Amino acid sequence: MKTGGMSYPRYIYIWIALLVLTAITVTTAGLNIGRIAIVVVLAVAAVKSTLVLLYFMHLRWEKRLILKLLVPIAIITLTIFIGLTYTDVLNR
Amino acid sequence: MEEREKTVGSRIGMWLFLLSEILIFGGLFLLYAVYRAKHPVDFHNASLDLSRFDGTLNTAILLTSSLTAVLAIYSLQELNKPKRTILFLAITIACGLAFLVVKAFEWGAKFEHGLYPRAAVLLAKPPGEILYFGLYFTMTGLHALHVIIGMCLLGVMIGYVRRGKASHEHTPVLENVGLYWHLVDIIWIFLFPLFYLIS
Repeated sequence: MKTGGMSYPRYIYIWIALLVLTAITVTTAGLNIGRIAIVVVLAVAAVKSTLVLLYFMHLRWEKRLILKLLVPIAIITLTIFIGLTYTDVLNR
Repeated sequence: MEEREKTVGSRIGMWLFLLSEILIFGGLFLLYAVYRAKHPVDFHNASLDLSRFDGTLNTAILLTSSLTAVLAIYSLQELNKPKRTILFLAITIACGLAFLVVKAFEWGAKFEHGLYPRAAVLLAKPPGEILYFGLYFTMTGLHALHVIIGMCLLGVMIGYVRRGKASHEHTPVLENVGLYWHLVDIIWIFLFPLFYLIS
């Protein structure tokens, strides 16, 4: 697939961003900030996987609608599965 | 542009496969969410037994391997440098191997402390901790299996590039192996905080 504008340095910038985010998430987890920590580490994981999907897996340059939609479909399906089951278990 | 049109079918097929992979792990993440909701304190205590350093090291290793995987594809597709592609693929495989070595030491340390499925030490712990370690071994084990499969595929790709079956003009198979490797990375991106960073 044509990946307009990417180059060695640009891929390396993404990699550095991923490592920095990892450092942030490990530091946050060590801070003892209680229940918010899980929200922060999962949010960082979401940002990291978005970077991988867009730049390493080249979804940013994907023009086909079906391929653009596949990842959102997976996320929505999992959110429904896990979200609904989780709230059900919590409120039982 | 024409090459894109020809390879779109292979990309759709690969992404559908990746979708099914996500759902396999999704089921396990669902189990994790439910058991964690039921045993929050046990999960917290069990997580203390994991080595945060090992987890962080492995995260860095896998992120680096993702970088070299994408550079391998870029070197062939945009720069037409097959030798460099083979080098990057070899580094990627080496990173996968390093990941497995760290994982082996980590699991070995758990085994030494009597933490493995059905071990007496583990069974004496509270139910939530038993569930935590059950999920830990299942999910990281299944993930490690994916790393091994990914390394085999990357090895096959080195052969492909050597024999010209993957070339500057023709990279769909190489791209799909890359996609698989990145998916394995993404799964680890979520496994890492859920097991190592919740204490």
